[in-house]
Amino acid sequence: MAVLTALPVGLPLLVAAALAATATLVRLRRVADVLAIATALAVTVICVVLLVRSTEETMVYWFGGWQPRDGIALGISFTIDPVSAGLAAFAGLLMSAALIVSWRHFGSVGQVFHALMLVFLAALVGFALSGDLFNMFVFFELMSISAIVLTGYEIDERPAINGSLNFAITNTIGGFLVLSGVALIYGRTGALNLAQIGETLAQGTPDGLVIVAFTLMVAGFFVKSAVVPFHFWLADAYAVAPTSVCILFAGVMSELGLYAVARIYWTAFSGVLGPHEVELQVILVGVGIVTALLGAVMCFLQHQLKRLLAFANVSFVGLFLIGIGLLTSEGLAGTAVYVLGDGLVKASLFVCVGILQHQHGRLDEMSLRGLGRDLPFTGLVFVVGGLALASLPPFGTFLGKSMLKEAALEQGYAWVLVLATLASILIGGAVLRVAGRVFLGWDPETTPDRLSEQADQDTEAEMENEPEMEKARNRTPKFLFVPALGLLLMGLAVGLVPGLAEAAQEAAARFLDHHSYIATVLYDLPTEGGQPAGTTHTYTTSDFLYAVVSTGGAIALALLTLFSHRLPQRTKRRSLAAVWEAGSYRLRALHSGHPGDYVAWLTLGVAVLGVLLALTLR
Amino acid sequence: MSFLPYAVAAWLLLIGLYGVVTSRHLVHLIVCLTVVQSSSYVLLLAIGYRTGAEAPIYKDIPPETPVVDPVVQALTLTDVVVEATVAALLLALAVQAQKRFGTVDPDEIATLKG
Repeated sequence: MAVLTALPVGLPLLVAAALAATATLVRLRRVADVLAIATALAVTVICVVLLVRSTEETMVYWFGGWQPRDGIALGISFTIDPVSAGLAAFAGLLMSAALIVSWRHFGSVGQVFHALMLVFLAALVGFALSGDLFNMFVFFELMSISAIVLTGYEIDERPAINGSLNFAITNTIGGFLVLSGVALIYGRTGALNLAQIGETLAQGTPDGLVIVAFTLMVAGFFVKSAVVPFHFWLADAYAVAPTSVCILFAGVMSELGLYAVARIYWTAFSGVLGPHEVELQVILVGVGIVTALLGAVMCFLQHQLKRLLAFANVSFVGLFLIGIGLLTSEGLAGTAVYVLGDGLVKASLFVCVGILQHQHGRLDEMSLRGLGRDLPFTGLVFVVGGLALASLPPFGTFLGKSMLKEAALEQGYAWVLVLATLASILIGGAVLRVAGRVFLGWDPETTPDRLSEQADQDTEAEMENEPEMEKARNRTPKFLFVPALGLLLMGLAVGLVPGLAEAAQEAAARFLDHHSYIATVLYDLPTEGGQPAGTTHTYTTSDFLYAVVSTGGAIALALLTLFSHRLPQRTKRRSLAAVWEAGSYRLRALHSGHPGDYVAWLTLGVAVLGVLLALTLR
Repeated sequence: MSFLPYAVAAWLLLIGLYGVVTSRHLVHLIVCLTVVQSSSYVLLLAIGYRTGAEAPIYKDIPPETPVVDPVVQALTLTDVVVEATVAALLLALAVQAQKRFGTVDPDEIATLKG
């Protein structure tokens, strides 16, 4: 059993090392493909086994057998509870899908690509399972580095350099913030194990040092999960990353950042910050709302498809942050289900975009107009995916949202739902608008606005020079349709699996119970089973009402955008449109692609977060 | 324990961030990033420092001798390794930028707008 615990990190690292070492010797593309996919599947299976075992009892594995004595942990541990094992399994699943997508997706991938993907997987899994703060930092950096290289994999393209540079610079600073927080906490508690930190901190008061350390760590993890105003790098990175990499970024990387915030809060800080839970709730939910809305508006304004989905991801991160920020097990459970449902659907949408890029060698909505007519099935998946993002029943997103709604109502955040629905409408509307334009060729008359026109010319010129894209156009990627459909169906299944909501409730209750976490990790006491889910989750009429509003709103919005030129023009509407255009131009101009600007926003974000926390938590 | 090392760490952080934000040259920007990083080295070592203590090598000294904290030194070493990797990666990207753009000015490299 103990070996099994370390295997999901060790195995991909070993295989990656073997692949990288033999990269120049053997050139057997298929062998590397098969080996990498087999490894990813093996990691998934192991993590599922761990997940099943951990539902009975939280498992702790001490590397090298360095068990804690008298509650002092010198060793380094993996702490496996259903939430961490579930996330690790989800990462394995998405990685398997991503590797299958890259099977025939580009011609030039070498073995190094597979090695990098497996290192990335090891980092994702290790980050999820780690029970040690410093190891979280190390896996955080490993995740960043492998992800940066993967982002810039098509390094011959100019945007790829820009995107991976921005990613690298902002995330390095994010990693630095995390490490500084870890250092301060170590200075206070003399511990790096989360459980021991929690136990020691709970004896003290929330003084300046604790708040500074908490701010630094939360801000660092917010950079990774792309919470506003730390989100700028994400759209740039997604816009240039290969499709298979986007699947992982959108499905699990941002979510792991939020998971880390939840993990360190409940294991290490909830003891000392617990009395100020209400204030913290307001701050986290507030930041979440801003992120959800800004992401949704930016998503709606995009015409580059990967960038559009990237901002959809930012918006969903905001929703997830709201769910976590409610600081209840119901909120966390809803978020967990939502993450699964949404991650799978977004992955499926990315595969569809990848098919378009493969077929036509471009990613711009306007220049793709009508070109998707020869891909009716991909179009269908894309439309259903768009509706699923707007929480169409019975997708996993619908279940997640319904659980989140209940949790928010319980905490008196009813108004959050209105804003969340607005975000869903904007995102669903944007995706459906793309579907109408690309796959049906609707709206032949609109001209692109100034900013995107200029950017598109750049990318378009870039694409024309790209010999690989030219080659790619000749092959029909029928094979790629399978993962697109498969991921979408899995997203549907999340909403249909009986008992998932209740299992998530139980897992979340265990996640929040920091007393039992400390007892299990430090004193090797058996976990008291998480409180049995008293109520089974049932849908209410209002759930369906919200779903009708958000999916209906999304469809209406898409149609309105596509056919607005047919509506009679009135002066009043024109002035409104002018305001909208000016505002959106300003907003988009903020996303300048300049790493210095991004770091300035990041610094401001840390300062604001620090001031807010310092004012409210003392 | 003097507050000076912490002041140095804070200063390195701020001056490094200032450099990153205002930089007009990618190599300069990357060096500024390593300045930010060195702030964390100073912070870590300052946390583990004890006045009058020995280096944490128990070969030649009696076991009860006070030593500085070896854990933070290990953390610093790990951090140095991680940052060396990041810096190498960033410099490789800067070389690519020079090849493809003919410039290493972040202003001109910023093509991903909106």
